[in-house]
Amino acid sequence: MTIQFNDETFRGDYTFKNSGWALKRFPFPFHEDSYMYSVNMEQHKGGPAGSIYEKRFDVDEHYLSEMRDRAEVLKEDPLRCQSLPNMTLAGWDLLELIMVSKSEDYPDMFELQRKGDKWRWINKPMEIDDSFTFLDEATLPYGPMEYITRQTQGDFVVLDQRDENLWMDAGMVTTQADWSLDFDIGMNFFEWHAPVPKAHEMGIFVRALKFLLNVQQGAPARRLNWTMTVNPLLDTSPENYHKWGTQKRTVTADNIGEKQFLRVELQTFFRLPRSNALVFPIRCYLASFNDLMTVPKWGRRLHRVIRDLPEELATYKGFIDNRPMMLDYLSKFDDGKPTSNGIWPDRETEPLRD
Amino acid sequence: MSNFSFPESIKSRPTYAKLEARAGKSYLFVADAEGAEAIIDLASNDKSLMFKAHVIYIPKNTGKKYTSQLEKLDINQLYIGPSYTAAQSRLKRTLESSHMGLQLFLSGTEGLIGQAQRDAMAAGIPHTAIQSEHRGSVGRRMQCVHCKGITEDVDVDPFVCSHCGLSLFVRDHYSRRLAAFQGVCIDAEEPGNIPTAVELYK
Repeated sequence: MTIQFNDETFRGDYTFKNSGWALKRFPFPFHEDSYMYSVNMEQHKGGPAGSIYEKRFDVDEHYLSEMRDRAEVLKEDPLRCQSLPNMTLAGWDLLELIMVSKSEDYPDMFELQRKGDKWRWINKPMEIDDSFTFLDEATLPYGPMEYITRQTQGDFVVLDQRDENLWMDAGMVTTQADWSLDFDIGMNFFEWHAPVPKAHEMGIFVRALKFLLNVQQGAPARRLNWTMTVNPLLDTSPENYHKWGTQKRTVTADNIGEKQFLRVELQTFFRLPRSNALVFPIRCYLASFNDLMTVPKWGRRLHRVIRDLPEELATYKGFIDNRPMMLDYLSKFDDGKPTSNGIWPDRETEPLRD
Repeated sequence: MSNFSFPESIKSRPTYAKLEARAGKSYLFVADAEGAEAIIDLASNDKSLMFKAHVIYIPKNTGKKYTSQLEKLDINQLYIGPSYTAAQSRLKRTLESSHMGLQLFLSGTEGLIGQAQRDAMAAGIPHTAIQSEHRGSVGRRMQCVHCKGITEDVDVDPFVCSHCGLSLFVRDHYSRRLAAFQGVCIDAEEPGNIPTAVELYK
């Protein structure tokens, strides 16, 4: 296998770390020196070799550890994975999409054999080899959505499309930026976005919904979103907020570089063939400030973005209290030089900082 | 005065109008506390509405104030119960055996309206056949996002979860499926730092 999987944790002793390879392909989310909401959708049809955009469902060095973390979360709280009764077919659609994509994109790790409705799925990294009957739930250890998303990095929300709206009727959500599937399940697009400040008034959700309703089979879309997290904690759930909330106050001027993480979500959207549902994978990538600062362009830009971000957004993203400390740290990496357009690190023109 | 005009809020927040008489085959009313006023108002305009009506009424803390008035209205079927939960099986039974042309009227607290609407939708009653009017307490039905327990009639912010005891603030986020707003721990980042509770909408 081409990927060396890390043995690491996203809780407790937090041994998570990015290798040089992972940092090189980190999806830095700011294409310019400022940030405001936009309907920043583009087609999800691959990307530069080795980038997180290249494959339909990116697998990286954190795969096995992330799947272990997900299993832990589900053990504590099974409500993180739910599917309303109308969504079973969409679950099978999703299982098929992931199995076909992964076996085509990573033939060395995943294998799918199909003879009619008799399927065999081999997931080598997780040491899984299961035979089952497609569309027969009794032949799998979990429902189809749960089965495959216990083996795939990122959260998954499956949206039913009806009445010119999208309805959050199923999901596997264990690495969320502070929202609750159990609370939001059954809501439509505007309802579940209700607490987001500013974007409604800007017409963002009306336009985004229009775009998403028209996503076609075989033509997935993607965008990046971001927030901040203290410690590489994947499960920043509201359910456990009373347990992890105090960690936000443990950041000091001395440890901020290692404790403060930029949390980036690669959000993709795929139309599902039988159910006409839309699946919305939300893949989380974490990088510490220390690691990000090794790329001079990212250092300059992150400082400018965080400095100029409207207060409401910093509050909504949950780092308003820590912003002054972030700026003290980040400003040291901003020499005032201009930055190039786009998210890429410009390694060819400017070497990494030690 | 038991009418309240809610301030402008999030997109998912329920809004309420005034009950209006509509032609229908049968009428089902579900009300609590001051919600009885909405029924009495409607009946004062059209007494005949009550001849085809089934009223499920939960007085809560209003005692006999409204039950005695309701009893004088010639309501075909009047049920007075101690709580929504107690009345729920009766309501579900009624909804299941209802026919096309049923008009459903909900009035009273947001918790009552939300729950009855949820149960009605689950029974397949089209939302176009449901009207709701808020009356009385502005207290909210809250779900604790941590323990999932529901606390009824919350009229202060922050409040104490009646199940797990955490102090929760009222997040402006509403689930129709749960018929509840979301309560989130207020002192998660600084345990013990709990601001003084203030009345909602004050």
